[in-house]
Amino acid sequence: MTTHSVSLVIAGSGGAGVVTAGSLLLNAAAKTGWYALMSRSSGPQIRGGEAATMLRFATRPILSQDDSFHLLMAIDWDNIGRFSAEIPFTGNSLIVGDPAHGPCPAALLAAQPRQATLALADIAEKIEGGRPNMVALGAIAAMIGLPPQAMQAVVEQYLQRKGPAAIDASMAAFHAGFAAAADLPAIPKLPAIAAEKEPRWSITGNEATGLGILRGGVRFVAAYPITPATEILEWLAPSLAKVGGVLVQAEDELSSINQIIGASYGGVPAMTATSGPGLSLMVEALGLAVAAEVPIVVVDAMRVGPSTGIATKSEQSDLNIAVYGMHGDAPHIVVAANSVADCLFTSQWAVHLAESMQTPAIVLTDQSMGQSRAILPRPTPFTFSGQRITAPAAGEGERYQRYAVNGSGISPMAIPGTPGLAHTADGLEHNPFGTPSSQASDHQAQLDKRSRKLTQFNYGDHWADIVDTDAGPGDIAIITWGSSTGPALEALQRFSATGGKARLISLRLIAPVQPDRMAAALAGTTRALVIEQSHSGQFYRMLRAFYDLPRETRSLHQAGPLAFGPGRILEQLNSWSV
Amino acid sequence: MQAVVRNYKAKDYKSEVKPIWCPGCGDYTVLNAITRALAELAVPPHEVAIISGIGCSSRIPAYTSVYGFHGVHGRALPVATGLKLARPDLTVLVTGGDGDGFSIGGNHFLHACRRNVDLTYIVMDNQVYGMTKGQASPTTAPDWEGSKLTPEGTGINPFQPLVIGLASGANFIARVSSSDPVNMAQIIVEAVRHPGFSLVQVLSPCVTFRPDQAVWRDFVRTAEVDCTDDAARAARRLMTDDGFNVGKVLFKGSRAPYRPEFEPSSGSIADLESRFML
Repeated sequence: MTTHSVSLVIAGSGGAGVVTAGSLLLNAAAKTGWYALMSRSSGPQIRGGEAATMLRFATRPILSQDDSFHLLMAIDWDNIGRFSAEIPFTGNSLIVGDPAHGPCPAALLAAQPRQATLALADIAEKIEGGRPNMVALGAIAAMIGLPPQAMQAVVEQYLQRKGPAAIDASMAAFHAGFAAAADLPAIPKLPAIAAEKEPRWSITGNEATGLGILRGGVRFVAAYPITPATEILEWLAPSLAKVGGVLVQAEDELSSINQIIGASYGGVPAMTATSGPGLSLMVEALGLAVAAEVPIVVVDAMRVGPSTGIATKSEQSDLNIAVYGMHGDAPHIVVAANSVADCLFTSQWAVHLAESMQTPAIVLTDQSMGQSRAILPRPTPFTFSGQRITAPAAGEGERYQRYAVNGSGISPMAIPGTPGLAHTADGLEHNPFGTPSSQASDHQAQLDKRSRKLTQFNYGDHWADIVDTDAGPGDIAIITWGSSTGPALEALQRFSATGGKARLISLRLIAPVQPDRMAAALAGTTRALVIEQSHSGQFYRMLRAFYDLPRETRSLHQAGPLAFGPGRILEQLNSWSV
Repeated sequence: MQAVVRNYKAKDYKSEVKPIWCPGCGDYTVLNAITRALAELAVPPHEVAIISGIGCSSRIPAYTSVYGFHGVHGRALPVATGLKLARPDLTVLVTGGDGDGFSIGGNHFLHACRRNVDLTYIVMDNQVYGMTKGQASPTTAPDWEGSKLTPEGTGINPFQPLVIGLASGANFIARVSSSDPVNMAQIIVEAVRHPGFSLVQVLSPCVTFRPDQAVWRDFVRTAEVDCTDDAARAARRLMTDDGFNVGKVLFKGSRAPYRPEFEPSSGSIADLESRFML
């Protein structure tokens, strides 16, 4: 089953309106009944930098960006060379530029794509209030088969507040572009789908993360802005208020994580969201939440590291800090979303896990899925929510043991305000009452208990998504996680379409590790391909450390912001199935 | 029905855990003053939380019978902020030392004063890191040569916590001495009752690493000023005194505390989801 799709890029300098143009196009595609995935690449500048919006449209749900783009529509060429590596072309691709901005930079022409010109600025200038990005949208619509009435409805909604004149001007520019496209070379067109067959959502990964957090029961959020996690917090601020929660802006990440520890100690499920630099600052307090057994959720929308790295671009390189960052033996939960839609499930599940086991849960997403908007089938509702085991008021004469050592390792938690159960929660090692203790036996018992509660918990089938080719699993396993899952899934589909056999395992539960489940999933496989977006192969090394992998296991890893396209993964599969 | 106000005694707020402090440490009387103040406030122990970071004085929560949270170094104020904002019904006190509050936790101190959440922050200031065996703290005099880490003194002027607290927006400022627990308890009662962020600096000598502080008992004097609500006047006093005027509330502001309301739900998760629906 090959996805019939069209992929295009709209590029221009920051402020040229490429993100707006992309959003309008996405919304019009939604009205046409298509599915879509819109990713973003931009420089760190707010204005005057470079920006590109990558869109893929299809008549079926989309798993990943494609290997190359059919079309680049360039509003100008400013700084476009900075992300030329992120927009691969073939000889069949078409680059359309405005001659007013000169010829296409050579950096884009390595694959010898077709070229054409469209006088976007000139056409826009002849229309009062017309803008080049709307002319570009008109041309794109004509080329990919998007009906103008879909755009009309979207523009009316978008410019509602600016009035009919602004709408007319925009649509005049759009129609001028639509007409001008008649002279341009062809790219693949999609058929319009008349009525909506199934309910669909338009959502970004960051929004889906916020929604999952709320569905899980979080009602206190402390926030410190950081790219690319800020949109999670900005979505949560008004949304929390609507469901009876509160968001507080903190003075730094040290404060935001300690605030949520305080709120959660008070009985209100709590979270914060950050990216690598913020997570680094939070690590000490994560250890505190482990030791004091306070449930919290920390979302890390990963970006290119180390240090400030590339703040606006994606990488899967915070795996090590998420798993191993804390000093001491500090078992905790690390889960990873593997698609825009899965941000919803995984963040909601994380709240459930943290609350159930009274421990911190780190949710790994990344810039790529966080800032991508997808038109996707409405996610199936699921019902996880925080289920913290709290202690009822004590009977007379009994002394409450906050850190009681029991079989499950999960001791009922007293919430402040409960009579008779006052205790001190402590980051110091302690005895079952919470009293600080430096005795070896107390340390051993509490370490065992904190480890046991995570290893004995029933994670169900959610630890990984496992997908087989149509003809069964075969003897090849693809093991991946996070944003690398989409391209791997599409590669699997293409492999399946040619009769290939393989099994894809996308790990959602990164820690604690699940060796028995992995062994069962790998039964019958003799080869494995590990795919990730990190320079040092962090995921591969972690798998090597904790799992029995097939004798022939290859690591396919590369640094961000470049992602593995489905084609490169397919190549590897094909080379193995000779 | 009228709630029955129980009669509490200071010992109702003490736990059975034996303090690890050195004999003669000023922190003993601070513990006494806090429990005495809570008894006078007659707030049930289970409705009080004491939050702390790391250091000798940060051990206080475990020595009380109220809810306590003993976190990491310098982060007591954020933990307390989160707790109080999530649970406005609780009485929340924060205890700690000068290193915890003004050095590693300095940024949180500024923003806690500025944010003005209804907390009472009791800082036991002994001008030394005691738990790590005697290093200069932010409030140590520049010429103190008692530390192996800075054998020739720090050469840096001390941090002025009350002046900085005032400038940052603290809503209540007092200085007390650990040599007068009765007065200290009275000031803590006032601090808890005053809405917003209340800062109480306690001169609490370290008998082990700063034996020179034994003379504090003779140095301290009851401040000969009345409380003011005029920040400019308070600033002038605080910047000109020698640090030994104690026993009085020096500033009381009237800024409304920061308290984001947990509004009753005006929508549902389903409403939020419907906005994603095409």
